[in-house]
Amino acid sequence: MELSRIVITGVGLTSPNGNSLSEFRQNLLDGVAGISRIEMRYMGEVLAGVCDFDPLRYQKKKEVRVGTRAGSISIYCAQEAVKDSGLDFENMSKDRVGIYVGITEHGNVETENEIYNISKFDYDTKYWTHHHNPRTVANNPAGETSLNLKITGPSYTIGAACAAGNMGLVHALQMLRLGEVDVAIAGGVSESIRSFGIFAGFKSQGALAEHEDPNKASRPFDLDRNGIVVSEGGALYTLERLEDAQARGAKIYGEIAGYHVNSDATDYVLPNPERQAQCMRAALKKAKMAASDIHIVNTHATATPMGDVQECRAIREVFADCPDTYVNNTKGFIGHSMGAAGALELAGNLPSFDDGMVHPSINVDKLDPDCAIPNLVLNNPIKAKRVDAILNNSFGMLGINSALIIRRFSD
Amino acid sequence: MSKDECKQVVLDIIAEIAPDEELSDVKPDVALREQLDLDSMDFLDIVMELRKKHDIEVPESEYGQLVSLDRCAEYLTPKFNALV
Repeated sequence: MELSRIVITGVGLTSPNGNSLSEFRQNLLDGVAGISRIEMRYMGEVLAGVCDFDPLRYQKKKEVRVGTRAGSISIYCAQEAVKDSGLDFENMSKDRVGIYVGITEHGNVETENEIYNISKFDYDTKYWTHHHNPRTVANNPAGETSLNLKITGPSYTIGAACAAGNMGLVHALQMLRLGEVDVAIAGGVSESIRSFGIFAGFKSQGALAEHEDPNKASRPFDLDRNGIVVSEGGALYTLERLEDAQARGAKIYGEIAGYHVNSDATDYVLPNPERQAQCMRAALKKAKMAASDIHIVNTHATATPMGDVQECRAIREVFADCPDTYVNNTKGFIGHSMGAAGALELAGNLPSFDDGMVHPSINVDKLDPDCAIPNLVLNNPIKAKRVDAILNNSFGMLGINSALIIRRFSD
Repeated sequence: MSKDECKQVVLDIIAEIAPDEELSDVKPDVALREQLDLDSMDFLDIVMELRKKHDIEVPESEYGQLVSLDRCAEYLTPKFNALV
């Protein structure tokens, strides 16, 4: 069976170092990170990636108050993507539009806030807000986006830990191929920096980064890395079947050439390089590509001691003898944006099809010898001979792995 | 507390829960929902803020008493005055 080709026609994002694709990309090439120190309930100061987009660009004040941060991020990204796509959105059938938003988690922020609220009233639950359930249902960010954009097609979230950003795109591709929708708004979002539990959990796990200079704290592959910087953010794309995009003369950022998702089935938190390698290989097979056809591998590496080494082991195995394949990482700039990570990090690399540059992994002062894989781009961008395909890794807790391959569009 | 003061308390709560609304011309004898973009969840917010900020309870069977500013003042002023 001939499957429809699925292409990216619009990008909307907010990241700790940029609120548009052009701003984000420029900062990745210029070495500008976006990590700051914030006050966290019960914990004191922590390092985090904070976004400064204006939610009131697309929402009323009441909608911001009633809704969630994830909802606001999702709405901002969706609106920006739709605008970027050039779709005649006003006049199209909204029941043929789907929203598929990847999330690592949802509801922690709102539940923690409410428990804190009733703690001021001796834990009397009559002070618990009636907004709690619509704020904490798992489909919240997608649902708020459907309300905002008046989209009446399927809108829901995809829970896939930190592989979720890629999973939003994978699911959108599948729904487009099935003919369920004509346009998909898909990717991932995260509001995790507003949950003390996320930070405290990583701290108890020994996996929360600390550094006197916030912008040096997230340092994948560096020998002195000491954990994750948690960030908020989002990236949503408009995806269409190629024939639809071409019929309306759309700008095409790239084509989803292949993907794969698998599970480690080995541990709650520890990665499994064998399964990661299998995941990348299966994505290449679906794309009908050889490893050497990939010119950028954007790693998931979060700057935990073990995670980085394990992913490098998997990449070394899959991309052996690939002299034109460069490897980079985006988290040194923006931290780990959790459910947004896969989608946001892909966006940071998409412009390579146009400018031929590979953004670096920053904050690598002493490269960990166990992470010294060939063509790892460190601290300064490089000009590649050519960039025709990007493989984007995103992995998550409970052992979910995803690899997404985007190819330069060619008719 | 006077009825006018009570109306101002209600308006201050509405300003918080419906920050996009212009409240300078709210007619006290006209239903709030006829002149402001308020839904049932917003009225629950008004009830919650009365509880949290002023220790005033409005039973569900009496939510209708909050239909307009005048009715709010009639209903709530004695409750406020009973607190002191």
